[in-house]
Amino acid sequence: MAEFSIDRFVDRYAARTSGMSASEVRALFAVASRPEVISFAGGMPFVDGVPREEVATVAAEVLREHGATALQYGAGQGQLALRERLTMLMATEGLGADPDDVVVTTGAQQALDLLGKIFIDPGDTIAVEAPTYVGALGAFGAYQPRYLHVEVDQDGMLVEHLEEALFRGERPKFVYTVPNFGNPSGVTMTLDRRQRLVALCREIGIPIVEDNPYGLLRFDGDPLPCLKTLDPDNVIYLGTVSKTFSPGVRVGWALGEPSVAQRLVLAKEAADLCGSNLTMLMTERWFADDARWRGVLAGLVDTYRARRIAMAEAIAEHFPADAACTDPHGGFYLWVTLPPWFDTKAMLAAAVERRVAYVPGTAFYADGRGANQMRLAFCLPTEDRIREGIARLGALLADEEHLYRSIHG
Amino acid sequence: MRVAVLAGGRTPERDVSLRSGHRVMTSLNDRGHDAWILDPGERPLVEALGERPPDVCYLALHGKEGEDGTVQRLLDLLGLPYTGTAAFECEVAFDKLLAKDALRRAGVSTPDWVAIEGWALRDLGGGAALGRAVERVGLPCVVKPSRSGSALGVGFVDREADIAPAVMAALSFSGAAVIESMIHGTEIAASFVGSPLDPLPLVEIAPKAGRYDYAARYTAGATEYFAPARLEGGVEGAAVGEAARAANGLHLRDLTRVDLIVDRAGLPWVLEVNVSPGMTETSLLPMAAAASGMTMADVCDRILHAARDRT
Repeated sequence: MAEFSIDRFVDRYAARTSGMSASEVRALFAVASRPEVISFAGGMPFVDGVPREEVATVAAEVLREHGATALQYGAGQGQLALRERLTMLMATEGLGADPDDVVVTTGAQQALDLLGKIFIDPGDTIAVEAPTYVGALGAFGAYQPRYLHVEVDQDGMLVEHLEEALFRGERPKFVYTVPNFGNPSGVTMTLDRRQRLVALCREIGIPIVEDNPYGLLRFDGDPLPCLKTLDPDNVIYLGTVSKTFSPGVRVGWALGEPSVAQRLVLAKEAADLCGSNLTMLMTERWFADDARWRGVLAGLVDTYRARRIAMAEAIAEHFPADAACTDPHGGFYLWVTLPPWFDTKAMLAAAVERRVAYVPGTAFYADGRGANQMRLAFCLPTEDRIREGIARLGALLADEEHLYRSIHG
Repeated sequence: MRVAVLAGGRTPERDVSLRSGHRVMTSLNDRGHDAWILDPGERPLVEALGERPPDVCYLALHGKEGEDGTVQRLLDLLGLPYTGTAAFECEVAFDKLLAKDALRRAGVSTPDWVAIEGWALRDLGGGAALGRAVERVGLPCVVKPSRSGSALGVGFVDREADIAPAVMAALSFSGAAVIESMIHGTEIAASFVGSPLDPLPLVEIAPKAGRYDYAARYTAGATEYFAPARLEGGVEGAAVGEAARAANGLHLRDLTRVDLIVDRAGLPWVLEVNVSPGMTETSLLPMAAAASGMTMADVCDRILHAARDRT
């Protein structure tokens, strides 16, 4: 008799891999990425809005003028010229920064992983919004924390809930938040809540990780100060060019106290030695032309605004009246809450069958909540496709409701 | 032989199918055949077959379209021979609503079940009868979409209150749901190849988390397998016999995998039959073949010849 183990190393893996398993949702996403499916699932930036010829010119210039550097290893912290450029980018959001405190990472996603590596011991508590960014749950999850979910409403994180938890004795290692046009919620934390959050965390001595990928994608209204601006000492700020330029260059960064920056550099060097000099130089040069990047960004914002309007209008027309939807003023996402009996994970197969896809809400919680919620990304499909996709989804919701009523009388 | 290996498609099992297909193609080429992958999800099937006509189509598609008779009917129309079961029998085997009935008519032991169609729930007030379903099959029970593969949409129900959500979830994958008594015991896969169908050694499936659900099937290491299965001689013979009765009763051809549970009394129960079982490096049929000393090339060649010799 032979014992077949599909994985000969199965008894060797670290305990932290226990959550890494195959899922039906992943299998369905493989179909959802096919062209006939209108996908509201992935938060893919509209890269066609970035003029390719100009990027090609930038790439050619970089290779011609700095070829030896571009093709070589670099410093773990990232090139100084780029870090200076990134401080300029942060200044456009009113955030003052010293390039020495900036650590360039492989997208802000790597910064999440590195923060997990330097802050989280197994069993530590991390406070995250409810719902929160699925990629943060994944990145931190490898370090085996326990999550403390803090509810979100239309004004962002409910700081009083965090306060109550702290009063109960909870002591998270840090608080993670996406304050501008959150992923997945789309909501923005009000100034009042920002002030209360930084005051509370400063008082108790809990650092805040402020993840700000979407801040510059504002459709209307005035920008609010970064948490890092309100409390430069106690906030670790994460930025990225994925949404303002390209996710393909994989340039993100962390801005923290020198002590944090130093540990991040060491962790970064241990992980991958350094980022790509080629794409760092391209990014530096892209943002060196102020009129160009601002012009391209303005075009992207116009596109996203139009798509968000198209999606919100289509939802108003096609979704059931008791579906609640957030009202984002920027970013990529709308967050939909359906009546409690909906199961968006179970419904995804039927959605894909109808050639439309979304991300089921449970992905954005660590505790199984969100079964009646879904994230809809409006960033990539055209307005016509958005209207068509929402109509398909609306018809499905109506059918599901009919089925539910038939079963439950 | 010139062999178009049909793999991929548009179902959630697309990736598994492509892995099956590549393995089959490589094995056939090793045997000197001229085999290539044809992915109906990438380009129109009829056009592709017209451009490069094969002697035989090897069907490595999984899930709807590939296993429910759709592709088989199209190939019948084109007059192209293909591996595996004929169209009508595929339709019966793939749809649990029909297959369960066909198994019982063939005298095969299969767990007690009831079936309910989505439209009966929606338009005929069938929801009121769901409680009756639980009375019939008892708890715990298993709710399955009638037409779906790879355990997609399958729900395990322990409490009566969970039956309605499980049925709704199953109906997301298919137009009807089958609610089946849960049999506790050892999960067994019985594979057959060739013409007439020849049994391969039984494979015993031991999911570490207890249930052989989607994650247990497709997460490497989540399940242990034993081939041949650790069954006593009499029990093993009964399981092979029951599986063969199922395969023959449903008129399956060339290759099939019959999934069973052997209960604690040693009695075999057929859960379902598969007309296009997985052929990946982690699939059950290749595991059974390896336990019998056959290579993948032996297996694929035998299946291919069974199809060719029919024409």
